[in-house]
Amino acid sequence: MRLRTPAATRNLGGLSLAALTVVTLTACGAQVDSPGADASAATGTTCVDTSGDTVKIGFLNSLSGTMAISEQTVHDSLQLAAAEINADGGVLGKELEIVTEDGQSEPTVFAEKATKLITSDCVAAVFGGWTSASRKAMLPVFESQDSLLFYPVQYEGLEASPNIFYTGATTNQQIVPALDYLAEQGVESLFLVGSDYVFPRTANKIINAYAAAHDIDVVGEEYAPLGHTDFSTIVNKVKSADADAVFNTLNGDSNVAFFKEYSNAGLSPDEMPVLSVSIAEEEIGGIGVENVKGQLTAWNYYQTVDTPENAAFVEAFQAEYGEDRVTSDPMEAAYDSLYLWKGMVEKAESFAVADVQEAADGVSFDAPEGIVTVNGDNHHIAKTALIGRIGDDGLIHTEWSSEEPIEPDPFLEGYDWAQDLS
Amino acid sequence: MNATPRTSDRLATLLRPGRSRALAGFALAAVLLFAVAPVLLSPFRLGLLAKFLCLAMVAVGIGLAWGRGGLLTLGQGVYFGLGAYLMAMHLKLADAGPGGVPDFMSLYGTGEVPWWWEPMRSPAATILLIVLVPAVLAGLLGWAVFTRRVRGAYFAILSQALAAAFAILLIGQQQTTGGTNGLNGFRAFFGYDLTDPVNQRMLYLIAAGVLLVMVLVARQLMVSRFGELLVAVRDGEDRVRFLGYDPAAVKTVVYVVAAVMAAVGGALFVPIVGIISPADVGVVPSIGFLVGVAIGGRATLLGPVLGSIAVSWAQTTVSEQFPSGWIYFQGALFILVIAFLPGGLASLVRRRRRGGAAPPDPRDDDAPTDPAPPDPAPVPHTEGRPA
Amino acid sequence: MDILLNQLFAGLSLGSVLLLAALGLALTFGQMGVINMAHGEFMMAGAYTAFVVQGVIGSAGVSLLVALPVGFVVGGVLGLVLEATLIHRMYHRPLDTLLVTWGVALVLQQVARDVFGAPNVDVTAPEWLSGAVTVGGIALPKTRLFILAVAIVCVATLSVALRSTPLGRRIRAVVQNRDLAEASGISSRGTDRLTFFIGSGLAGIAGVALTLLGSIGPTLGTNYIVDAFLVVVAGGIGQIKGTVIAATALGLMQAFFEYSTTASVAKVLVFVVIVAFLQVRPQGLVTVRTRSLV
Repeated sequence: MRLRTPAATRNLGGLSLAALTVVTLTACGAQVDSPGADASAATGTTCVDTSGDTVKIGFLNSLSGTMAISEQTVHDSLQLAAAEINADGGVLGKELEIVTEDGQSEPTVFAEKATKLITSDCVAAVFGGWTSASRKAMLPVFESQDSLLFYPVQYEGLEASPNIFYTGATTNQQIVPALDYLAEQGVESLFLVGSDYVFPRTANKIINAYAAAHDIDVVGEEYAPLGHTDFSTIVNKVKSADADAVFNTLNGDSNVAFFKEYSNAGLSPDEMPVLSVSIAEEEIGGIGVENVKGQLTAWNYYQTVDTPENAAFVEAFQAEYGEDRVTSDPMEAAYDSLYLWKGMVEKAESFAVADVQEAADGVSFDAPEGIVTVNGDNHHIAKTALIGRIGDDGLIHTEWSSEEPIEPDPFLEGYDWAQDLS
Repeated sequence: MNATPRTSDRLATLLRPGRSRALAGFALAAVLLFAVAPVLLSPFRLGLLAKFLCLAMVAVGIGLAWGRGGLLTLGQGVYFGLGAYLMAMHLKLADAGPGGVPDFMSLYGTGEVPWWWEPMRSPAATILLIVLVPAVLAGLLGWAVFTRRVRGAYFAILSQALAAAFAILLIGQQQTTGGTNGLNGFRAFFGYDLTDPVNQRMLYLIAAGVLLVMVLVARQLMVSRFGELLVAVRDGEDRVRFLGYDPAAVKTVVYVVAAVMAAVGGALFVPIVGIISPADVGVVPSIGFLVGVAIGGRATLLGPVLGSIAVSWAQTTVSEQFPSGWIYFQGALFILVIAFLPGGLASLVRRRRRGGAAPPDPRDDDAPTDPAPPDPAPVPHTEGRPA
Repeated sequence: MDILLNQLFAGLSLGSVLLLAALGLALTFGQMGVINMAHGEFMMAGAYTAFVVQGVIGSAGVSLLVALPVGFVVGGVLGLVLEATLIHRMYHRPLDTLLVTWGVALVLQQVARDVFGAPNVDVTAPEWLSGAVTVGGIALPKTRLFILAVAIVCVATLSVALRSTPLGRRIRAVVQNRDLAEASGISSRGTDRLTFFIGSGLAGIAGVALTLLGSIGPTLGTNYIVDAFLVVVAGGIGQIKGTVIAATALGLMQAFFEYSTTASVAKVLVFVVIVAFLQVRPQGLVTVRTRSLV
């Protein structure tokens, strides 16, 4: 409390309470322009306690609300990774102690819970987030508190924070290879369908730039509000535009309505394939295999990937959560993220944020999807791009692969056609 | 913090003499907010409390409009959002510096600041607009629907649709509003570094002060002639009209007051929480504002405030332990209170108090005299019954 | 020209979906002045019923036809329970009913999440509804034709029932003047229950039908409820006619606005039109003529 002006209070009377607090505002606190601002702004005094046998980490996923559908799966695979690591002796000999928080599918809550995990629970690192909105909401928290977030979902790129490790794909590891693949297949015109939010709009901006440089016509671009349930108009537009392929960045439930409408309208993957970047194994059951079989997806991992690490991962996951459960790209990226953090900590021989950041470059992990390696400059991960086709079994089978890991390039600096994007 | 009791003494003479109990409660609230909470709570929890206080400001307005005026507004998120976005726009522009462009605009948009952002470069204009824009919108909308006697459930549904439309509009204009991401990453609040704990505490104190002032305003409105008229409109609109008053004007005024309170709450929410997104202003959060009001006691002065703070607090802490259990608990409590205790928990308190002693002089009771307010115009559209 | 016809059909189809969602709501709202926010969750219950029925029967072709009546009963029973436990205590507090049913909706959603799991489930459309019928160069998806047919059947049955059965006469009497109806020996209590059963049952049917178009998840109802309310408000109460016209008009508007602009803008435009419309006719399209002051 810095109310140091009782005399004033007496004289001004009660109604000036608000004025009083405003007055005191001038009495203290750093201004951004003042010279001392930097020193006081750095609240980097961490409360992480690593003196004991355990170290705390935070899992922050939406366990309630609309995003619970997807984020629960990520939470499950994070738990699996933590259990495996603990069974194997922990990190630097310390057992992981998990603090779970529910992001409630709301960006505001994500920011609040992130603050809690860092300042009250004193976790060494936080794993979670799904929507771009949740990541954007948490970013300033992690930067101002100088803590670490591991974000496991493919996203729209154009970001690189020293306090975030992005273990999902950035655009040049998912969207650009998908476009390369379509171009290779002779696609000359595209229709873009997406949900009305950040990822689809940014993705479509990139697609438009790519198309302009590669003689592909973008014949339509449609956005549906989140929660939109009737796609007959959009499908009508798609149909009458008669493109060679559809690039789909719809999110969540909308995919169900879209694909049901698409197949009901008599459109098939043979005449106009849909390439989706947000449909993974987990979503296929809800859409109905009969509505999406034969359609394309772009990811970096499928349950069908043929590596020994993946066989072990799928087996362990199903043993833990049930034979009917499937594994998907974001789940795998989340699983990797915990192991990558472990790798960084062990390389640094320290849990301190600065040491981990220092050690991050080149840390790699034999992930289910293949070898992944951390890029120390932009904190993204080198990953292999896979184009898959949805099969009758509801799983996705690799159709095309980049064969080797693609270096992350979140700002697409290595692509001439993308120079005007950001 | 010995200034507060004396402050309240002054208040007593400033307001109405002889309302000792109300003032004692008010003084207690002031002591708790200004002296006890900052000492007891960690900076993180204090920040949370500050956020709850902002939400409670919306509740004060709803208490007036719904509890006293019978206007069930399911769209307060719109006004909360207007205030919040206007403030957020100013903070973004201030961070960008004179003539600068907010970071997200160059990422997702054209890299140019649209004309309707420009006024928010000025701090004074921003504060003015935070009050004016919601007031004008609520005034126009309220006047339009109330003079046409759209009321009861019709008004509720319209206000809900307004919230839905507002959220869709915000999401659709990603280049200029940040879309689903909303606006966040503010560095400074009118020049004060937002990461500095001292400034964060100061924001809390501002929120507490503003909330107390709002409660005072609400109280003055309630005990004024206007307040009597408001309750009369709620309980018998036609009778008020026959007496020569214009119910539409009364309703419009209280709707505007509620809108402004929500907007101010939103404006303070932004620097305190550090983000505003469409998820905070749509249909669900708009109804969410009502939960605390109903549980606390919609027609009382402090019921909405305390109810709102208690519900927010419970949501944060209980949901930390039981994410899904919380929804059952909240739903069940809400159902039970509305169905069986329409006066909210406040009516329990009053019932107990009245049980012992003789009923106090209603004029001395700063809360309303009717513990269980009936809805306005019961079954408004079951036609054929002379009102 | 083709696209115009396509959009015309899209609009009609959307109108039929909205109509199915709003029909039961209009009935209960008209009868009792009760805004039932849990109506959307009754639709969700209907959709999950279709899922369960398909699991039991197996054959997609038969299960849909079985699910329609079962969905009606499931929705109806839920409605009855809600009416008996909560709503009938609060007939004179319509706005409170709105809030109570919102609380019920919250709880029902969480129940669905806990029983069926958070991920969406899928109901396979029967073989005889796959693909489209081509009429005059435009393809009409069979599922949408089916839903149109269901909506027409529901409206026709309901209006015949209201017009020419003793039950319907009782309902109409209570809608028009509750006190007078009671004075004439009609049990308004029994009529209320029945209305609620039918209204909620219609939500169940709507839910079953919607499995052909969209996702089946805990939040299915919330996606439709705001639009359904708008239909009811714009249509006015007391007669089915108003609801039918309003649903069709809203569907067509959404389809054509969406075609010429975007889906987001279309939604906002539709809202603006409704507010403007209510300025002209505050009681909605069709009203029962009464002597009340309102």
